Order: sequence, then C-alpha cells, then structure tokens
Amino acid sequence: MIEIEHLSKFFDETCVVDDVSMTIPDGALAVIVGTSGSGKTTLLRMINRLVEPSSGRILIDGKDISAIPPHELRRQIGYAIQSHGLFPHRTVGQNIATVPHLLHWEATKVNARVDELLDLFQLDPAEFRDRYPSQLSGGQQQRVGVARALAAAPKLLLMDEPFGALDPIIRARAQEDLRQIQRRLGTTIVLVTHDMNEAIHLGDRIAVMDRAKLLQYDTPQEIVTRPATDFVGELLGSGERPFRLLSLQPLRPFIEQGEATGTAVSVDASLRDALEEALWSGRAAVPVRDGAGKTLGRVTLATAIRQAARPQ
Amino acid sequence: MKIKALSRLAVLILLGVFLARPDWFGWLFAPLTRNGQAAIYTQNSLLNLTLNHLAIVAAATLAGSIVAIGLAVLVTRPAGREFLPLSRTLANAGQTFPPVAVLALAVPVLGFGTAPTLLALFLYGLLPIFENALAGLASVSPDVQEAARGTGMTDGQRLLRVELPLALPTIIAGIRISAIISMGTATIGSTVAASTLGETIIAGLINSNLAFVAQGALVVGALAIIVNTSLFAIERHFSRYRQDQR
Repeated sequence: MIEIEHLSKFFDETCVVDDVSMTIPDGALAVIVGTSGSGKTTLLRMINRLVEPSSGRILIDGKDISAIPPHELRRQIGYAIQSHGLFPHRTVGQNIATVPHLLHWEATKVNARVDELLDLFQLDPAEFRDRYPSQLSGGQQQRVGVARALAAAPKLLLMDEPFGALDPIIRARAQEDLRQIQRRLGTTIVLVTHDMNEAIHLGDRIAVMDRAKLLQYDTPQEIVTRPATDFVGELLGSGERPFRLLSLQPLRPFIEQGEATGTAVSVDASLRDALEEALWSGRAAVPVRDGAGKTLGRVTLATAIRQAARPQ
Repeated sequence: MKIKALSRLAVLILLGVFLARPDWFGWLFAPLTRNGQAAIYTQNSLLNLTLNHLAIVAAATLAGSIVAIGLAVLVTRPAGREFLPLSRTLANAGQTFPPVAVLALAVPVLGFGTAPTLLALFLYGLLPIFENALAGLASVSPDVQEAARGTGMTDGQRLLRVELPLALPTIIAGIRISAIISMGTATIGSTVAASTLGETIIAGLINSNLAFVAQGALVVGALAIIVNTSLFAIERHFSRYRQDQR
C-alpha cells in the first residue's frame, strides 16, 4: 500500500504539487491524469525519490521512503518511461537484467528471468535476447522497457506515459497486455497519462490533477458519473461521456434470452462494444458468445441506451 | 573492406621489413643523395629511433588521456560543473602554445632530452581528448540518464556502466586525433636531443641529404597511418551497437 500524505513540491517559488494526499491499495492500477504542467509527473517521481518532496511524506507498506537510500528504494520499484530509455549499448537481455545485476543475482537466475520476461511480452528469447535496442520496432522497445522495469519482480511499478510514443493500434495492444500482466503478477501500478481515455480504460482508480492540485481521486465510474469539478468534466469531454460510461460496464449482467442474428460480441466486451456493433450493423440486438463460441444470449440496443444515461 | 585490410597489412609489413633491414632499400633512396652521400641513416638504428618515437608518443597520449578524461568526467558531475569554463580555457591554452615554444621554454627547466618533448606533446594533445570526452559525455540522452537513475544505479555505476561506455567511441576518436598529431609533432623533439625519428630528418636537413629526410618522414607517415586505422577499428568496435540499425 502506498500512502501519500500532504505531499507538496516547490521548484524555487513555483508550487508544482500542492498538498496531495492519496492512498493506493495493493494490486491496484492507479492512473494519474492531467494536462501538461499539472504536476502529475513530479508526483510520480517523488514516489521513487527522483524528486524530493518539499513537505509531506510517502509511506510504502507503512515505511517512510525518506528513510531508504534512493538507489536501494529504486531497485525495489519498477520504473518505465515514455521513451523507454533503453541503454543503447546493451543488448535486450542485458537491458532487462539491469536491476537483477544491481541486486547481485546469480547469472543462471538472471538468464532464466530474462527469458521468462521476454516470453511474457511475446518476444522470442532466442531471437531478441542478443539484439540491440536500435534493432527493435517502437512497440518492441516499449515492451522491453516495461520488461526491464519488472525484471526484479517489484511489488510496485511506476509508469510515466508508457504508451505515449506508440501508434494507436500498438498502443491498444500494449494497454491490453499491461492489464493482463498486472492481473497475473498482482503488481501495484501507478501510471501517469494525459489521456483520459487511457485512464478510464486502464485504471481501477483515477487521480485527476490540475495546476498542482489533486481534484478528484476515485473509481472510473465515479469520475465519469460524478466529476468533482468542471475541469474534470471538461477532461472527460461532454460528448463522450455516455460512451465512456458504457465502456466501463461489462456485458454479462445485461445478457437476456432471445433471438439475435449476425456477428456476435464476446462476453468479455463492454456495453460500448455491443452498442457500436448494433449501431454499425443496424441491428436492434446482437448475440453474445463466450470464449468457446457458445451463444449465451443477446444484448439489445435498448438496454445499452438505457445504461448510457447518467445514473440518478 | 578486404582491400582496406590488405593495404593496412601491406603498410605494416613494408614498415617492418624496412626497419629490420634498412640497407635492403639503399637503391630506393640513392637517387635522393648527392656527391656519394650515404643513402641510409646509420648514426642510430632506425628501429631504435622508431621504438623511442612510439614510446614517447604513447606515454604522452596516455598521460594526456588520463588527465583529459578525468577532467571531463569531473566537470560533468554536478559538483564540478562550475569548473567547466576554467578547464576549457586550460585545455585551449595547451593547444595554443606551439610545441616548439613549449620545448624552448621547458629546456631550461627540464634540461635537454625526452622530458621537454613529453611535456610539449602532453600539453598539445590534451585539447582534442578533453573536447571529445566532453562531447561524448554530453551526448548521453536525458532519457537514458533518467532510466539509469530510475533503475537504482548509484552515481558511480551510472558513470561506469552507462555514461563512459556510451561516450567511449567519441573519446577514442579524440585519442586517435591526439595520437596522430603527436606522431608528427614528436619529430621536433629531436631539436632538443630527444631520440625520435626527427633525428634523421634533422640530420638530413643539416647535411642536405634528402634521403635521410625522406626516410624519417616516410616512417612517421606510415606509423601515423597504422595508429589511425587501428584506433579507428577499436572505435568502430565500441560503437557496433549503432551500426546494423534497421
């Protein structure tokens, strides 16, 4: 658990983080979202002491991090940045092994861990281990960057706009991968982004920052349905709100029995996906199938529309 | 690539044979002599002069590298940053003094022989190494620096594992430039009695014997070519990660 208590940071006279308090439970994926200059990156960088706070404190599992030497603290915390920051003179394998080496792991253990992570990120170890970063595509570099951050199996992973440099298609896949890996490993993740879509898509908790202040820290549902200030509402984009709300709702509770034909949607999809499919194909209902291809029932356009309305 | 390697080997072999058996080449240099002068310099063995020449250049370049790289590392640390302008001025001053002037000024203090030559070469060679080391260290991208800090490297680990390896090709380029400048400049050391290949050139000039001048100059030239290509190969080796980019 990460407890941030009355944290402030001044650069000279300018306040970049103003009295922020928030608690991130274990295993959560917390997203800090805000415009540039909102202080979100500074807040993140204070968690691994790349920036020292002017006042307030941060506790990780009850321990005040100011008592831990910065380099030791950072070896326990994964850190992935937008431009991945891979060491160009080191191979993919050596890059991933950075923190295990700093922690003096045995060579065999390090090698096994490198291959395990490459597998996890769907990069064939035999093919990629000995390549240099310059020989990888942008998406591959990004994955290696995250693999390096996870190498020593940290309980906490900090990510600063990790998908910012990727094109939309690769970004969507990378986001999906991250969710799955997080579910599998149970890592607590704090991710910074300026993209509200990404925040709602990924976050269990969303912290909205503007001009150094934390405006709202809540679940995505709450943020979408009850934005604390006009600024939060603006970030959401008023035209998008019904769709964002739908995208947060899984299909399963809304499946009903009845006839529906045509392309089916997966039961793991959201109401938004079902709505889009129904609208695009001009159907009043779409069938829902599970992973094995078995039809579970249907979701109607009317249900989706009803659920898109602001909860009272 | 193959032709380059072969020509490098040819230069090396030719130089080796010439230094081992200079008398075999008398016929080649005879046309440059007048009135039956000796065609090959025999006052001192050419091999010894060459080895001395190389040793002086190597010692000066090594000392210059240690001081210049050390200085560059120092002034790129947060604590030493304020010394950057001062060290730049010093290295520039070293380059501004003509080596001949340094020799003239150093002889009264250090006496005749190798010492003043070493000093002149050392001072003259500092700047290229220092400037290249600065440029190399500055070229490490902020993202990479940030990642190095973020993974939990200490300042020392960051320097040794990230900054210096990334700056190395540029640093070696500086050493290469410095070494080949020194290779030529070392010849003037013989004006203050240092035992270098300049000795044959000076002897040739005094006796109007073009053959001696040519011998000294050709050997120095060949050495410069060999040192240049070897250091260039090392430079390429350490930047191989940049080569096969897609």
